[in-house]
Amino acid sequence: MAAASVVDPEIRVITIDELGILRAVEEDGASGRVTVTITPTYTGCPAMDVIRADVRRALAAAGYPDAEVRTVYSPPWSTDWISDGGRAKLAAAGIAPPAPAPTPGVVALTLAVRCPLCGSPDTEQVSRFGSTACKALWRCRSCSEPFDHLKAL
Amino acid sequence: MNGPFDFALALGDDALIAAQRLAEWTTRAPEMEEDIALANIALDQLGAARLLLSYAGELEAAGRDEDALAYLRDDREFRNVLLVELPNGDFAVTMAKLFFLAAYQLPLYTALASCPDERLAAIGAKARKESAYHLDHGALWVKRLGDGTEESHRRMQEAVDHVWPYTHELFAADPAAPVDPAGLRPAFDETVGPVLAEATLTRPERGWAPTSGRAGVHTEHLSYLLAEMQVLHRAHPGAKW
Repeated sequence: MAAASVVDPEIRVITIDELGILRAVEEDGASGRVTVTITPTYTGCPAMDVIRADVRRALAAAGYPDAEVRTVYSPPWSTDWISDGGRAKLAAAGIAPPAPAPTPGVVALTLAVRCPLCGSPDTEQVSRFGSTACKALWRCRSCSEPFDHLKAL
Repeated sequence: MNGPFDFALALGDDALIAAQRLAEWTTRAPEMEEDIALANIALDQLGAARLLLSYAGELEAAGRDEDALAYLRDDREFRNVLLVELPNGDFAVTMAKLFFLAAYQLPLYTALASCPDERLAAIGAKARKESAYHLDHGALWVKRLGDGTEESHRRMQEAVDHVWPYTHELFAADPAAPVDPAGLRPAFDETVGPVLAEATLTRPERGWAPTSGRAGVHTEHLSYLLAEMQVLHRAHPGAKW
């Protein structure tokens, strides 16, 4: 499906389907009109407008020029929704995939994040906020390379 | 406060003003990682503010959207608590504000997530996950500075003493609200107490407690903040990127 192939504008190796932010695609039997439902990773995610535009463009190219894109906030997105294929692509792109999401109300810090470049578990967090809202900045003590880590949410 | 409109407006204003204050640190934070962290937290607050103010506008049903509420109200019409409008001060003051606000917003959003109002519940469920990171970040710095050098300890204690009086307003009773803030005080105390203790900081005694923000009576600092935030929108009504 065209909507599922749209890539995330900030992490371009993964599609919105693999990231788990594409929640539903429905086609009205009578009118043929397509409604796409998406949800943001973070409330303030600045990529949402681009994602909406990309979804509309992809559907227009696939023959659905008047597709509607809906945004929902419930249930809230969780990194647990990232597919196994998506996780593998993140790791291959040098972004350490997230651990299972923490229990609501409890701050659980991931203590061992494996370096996506050399595989070493000897890593440290440099900053819990990174280049996008969903990432933290880490560094590997074995190979000395910095890398992004998608925070469990 | 009384109805859902006032409640959504008050919470939205808290998040909006907190976001605007945090954004003032952008390009000025003590280190690059912190600059990014504060901008990220500001963005989370802005995201929550947009959802809450949009919902408030719908509840009011007077044709005001999130932009009208954010940019076209004057200071007396804002319902945020005084804590979020206080100037950033030094980094310790900013961290004290961040820590206390998150220690209130996390239990608030958690309680909101199970309230009967579906829209507020969805916003609460989403925002509480982000608040957990804000709390973690604020607590980390309070501990690092409090249990740091003699100078950092002195300034962190001063910051806590300075901001503390403004925390009482967060828990002003409002039995008619979807979540009564008075009920959040125990969770706040349980979070704040151990962190201050670990940071070797003294928890201030209950002293004066200014509480006029929810009624629209603000410090002079809010007017300057609004002037900067609203000037572009008001100078060019209806302009679009």
